[in-house]
Amino acid sequence: MPDKGLGQLGDGMLFAAVVVYALAMLAFAGEQATRRARRTVTAVREARVVAAVGGPSVTLPAETVTEERPSRAGRFGLVLALVGWGIHVASITIRGFAADRVPWGNMYEFSSCVAWVGVSAYLLLVARRRVERALGVFIMLPVVLYLGLAATQLYTEAGPLVPALNSYWIKIHVAAAILASGSFLLSGVVAVLYLFRSRYDARLAARKTTSPTVLPSAAVLDRVSYSVIAFAFPIWTFSIIAGAIWAEAAWGRYWGWDPKETWSFITWVLYAGYLHARATAGWKGRKAAWVAVAAAVALIVDYYVVNIFVVGLHSYA
Amino acid sequence: MTVADEEATRLTTQPAPPEPARLNPLVLAWRTLTSMRTALLLLFLLALASVPGGFLPQRQVNPLQVSTYLDEHPGIGPLMDRLQLFDVFSSTWFSAIYLLLFVSLVGCLLPRTRLHLRALRARPPKVPRTLSRLPVSDTWETTDDVLPRARKALRGWRVELRGNELSAEKGYLRETGNLLFHLSLVLLLVGVAIGAFRGFKGTVLVVEGQGFSNTVFSYDDINPGRRFQASSLVPFSVDLEDFRATYTTEGRAKTFDADVRWTHDGRTEPYNVRVNHPLEVGGAKTYLIGHGYAPHVRVKDRSGTVVLDQPVPCLPQNSQFTSSCVVKVPDALPRQLGFRGVFTPTTVVQGFQVGSAHPAVVNPRLTLVGFAGDLGLDSGTPQSVYSLETERMTAFAGGKPEGLEPGQTWQLPGGGSLTYVDTKEWATFQVTQDPGKGLALLASVGIVAGLMLSLFVRRRRLWVRVLPAAEPGAPATVEAGGLARTDPERFAAEFAEIVREMRD
Repeated sequence: MPDKGLGQLGDGMLFAAVVVYALAMLAFAGEQATRRARRTVTAVREARVVAAVGGPSVTLPAETVTEERPSRAGRFGLVLALVGWGIHVASITIRGFAADRVPWGNMYEFSSCVAWVGVSAYLLLVARRRVERALGVFIMLPVVLYLGLAATQLYTEAGPLVPALNSYWIKIHVAAAILASGSFLLSGVVAVLYLFRSRYDARLAARKTTSPTVLPSAAVLDRVSYSVIAFAFPIWTFSIIAGAIWAEAAWGRYWGWDPKETWSFITWVLYAGYLHARATAGWKGRKAAWVAVAAAVALIVDYYVVNIFVVGLHSYA
Repeated sequence: MTVADEEATRLTTQPAPPEPARLNPLVLAWRTLTSMRTALLLLFLLALASVPGGFLPQRQVNPLQVSTYLDEHPGIGPLMDRLQLFDVFSSTWFSAIYLLLFVSLVGCLLPRTRLHLRALRARPPKVPRTLSRLPVSDTWETTDDVLPRARKALRGWRVELRGNELSAEKGYLRETGNLLFHLSLVLLLVGVAIGAFRGFKGTVLVVEGQGFSNTVFSYDDINPGRRFQASSLVPFSVDLEDFRATYTTEGRAKTFDADVRWTHDGRTEPYNVRVNHPLEVGGAKTYLIGHGYAPHVRVKDRSGTVVLDQPVPCLPQNSQFTSSCVVKVPDALPRQLGFRGVFTPTTVVQGFQVGSAHPAVVNPRLTLVGFAGDLGLDSGTPQSVYSLETERMTAFAGGKPEGLEPGQTWQLPGGGSLTYVDTKEWATFQVTQDPGKGLALLASVGIVAGLMLSLFVRRRRLWVRVLPAAEPGAPATVEAGGLARTDPERFAAEFAEIVREMRD
């Protein structure tokens, strides 16, 4: 039986997580601000380092070299992001206990899980030194907005599932969809940042601007966006297939061009297009990034627009 | 082009771009179609072409929505229909795009498969002249015999020794996965096509106590594939014994259960059909897809003869199961009788409005308006059992509705009566046979497996060259270099590790 008190505790913790994420965002922004001030006086060096004596020489791209002293605000931001992440985990877990089922049974819960995947992916990338933690300000902002929208517009009290969702496939199909969606949305944010950065680079080259930028280099952003999509694409594919197997068990056909299926297909085709574009001459760089952005938009349509505005088999909750 | 770039290009197995020389136009057309750029364009066109299918109602999904849309947009609707915007996924233009895409895919796949098969048998390429210009490289001096050590360090690699030079390559599974993925896509299309041509889908409404058999004629609605043969229908029958639905107090559905008894091959067994829990008999699957109420109605005509005595399925109009009912009594004498109205499981009355507050049967009521006259069943135009043509009929009591609770009888003006006996439930079942399903599933497994291999296996090459010492006894110089097309940082670490193993 759903437990009301426990459900409210879970909601409260989600609110707390959003607040802590917002604070983390402010701390990251603070780091950017101080950095920006310092950069105006320090010229950026061309980075080409040779690894420790005796080891093989490795030419590293310029962006992996950090010049600034570690900023206290940034470190504080990372700690806050981790704390927020922990509270977020607790909130999702409690929600699961409160409703006595998987904690992704409606749009509100789904959105919370998707945001959690996005934050996890960012923290993982930072831990593996794939991105600077300073990227956090651009990650936390959409996460806070997204969670805020989900909590105010899509709020649903913890309760039982509608019969159509009552299947062990909800664990497999929806979990995969959450994992892929969270990663895709993160890659979408990074692709947008890439577009900004590459425009900045072009302006810098044309001497139309001299102001410094807080964004990581275009090469890093491109690589991160790609690796996150390459990670998420097979999961998304699997999620669609698991959904098809479930649809076969629930509705008697594995594919029927229901609006949700159609938009998942469009999303899939666009990401497949991105992966091909990135390997095709004339499509690399900005064009590929636009494809990644379009694909992320298709994903948002797939989940939100289809569920709310289009009547189909997936119109639950 | 740097050496690294050149090597990187050679590391791919993509066919070389067509030479700009004068080509046979057919060859040129083929090359253009199978080029990556064209494939990419077709891919984006496919996504774009699917968009109307994601926003507009589609006939194959919900024909009723399409006719509603056409009614609401009399101006632009027919034009959109002409452009096949309500049948996107079977439209000429959508089919053209995906067929071209698959032709392009096959055209790309065949030469790549040939190249890959050759690469699988080939020996790793010769050592480039200047190893130091590769993305990762190292050089050191040693008196040890390095090459046997290198062989040991390169376990799992394909290694080729040529004198004092060693070439190694790893990650062939990347391209194998890539080919498997694309081949599986073609197989998936074949599986879908088999289903579309040979499959069958039938829908039938069954009231508790009644049943159906798996023959074309017993379905209310059938959707056979283009090459479907009626003889391929699995012979079985299903009787619905009991249907139950449970709801939360707010009226949200919790469970649906249909207890059935099926007969096939001389065996009769009970089964509980639920959502997500279909009945499978001999390759055909029976799904529970809908439910509703069927008030049992008994009608006597003026002479007192029972002219109708059966449950009448009513169609739910909203989530609280306010359902519309039509009762036709063609056998009534002297004039035919017809009734139209609503069934409400949990009845609430507000003024003249009758509605339902909950989908479960709490205080059911059947509210009907009666008509006498000619039902128009002999006019030749087909009629739905769910609609009543009252053109040639006159309403009882000026069309005043009569509300009945279970067991109550309405004495009709002018003789005869209608009794609402009790409430039965009905369920709709969908029976499907899809002979392409197995292949589609197999292809899906290939798609995921192929994708994982092609995205996570890294193809890389590594070379070692030993430059003999200038004089006997002096240390020899060893050069090593490597190249990976993906994830250069990880390869740099792997390379350093291998070099370390070779050195100590």
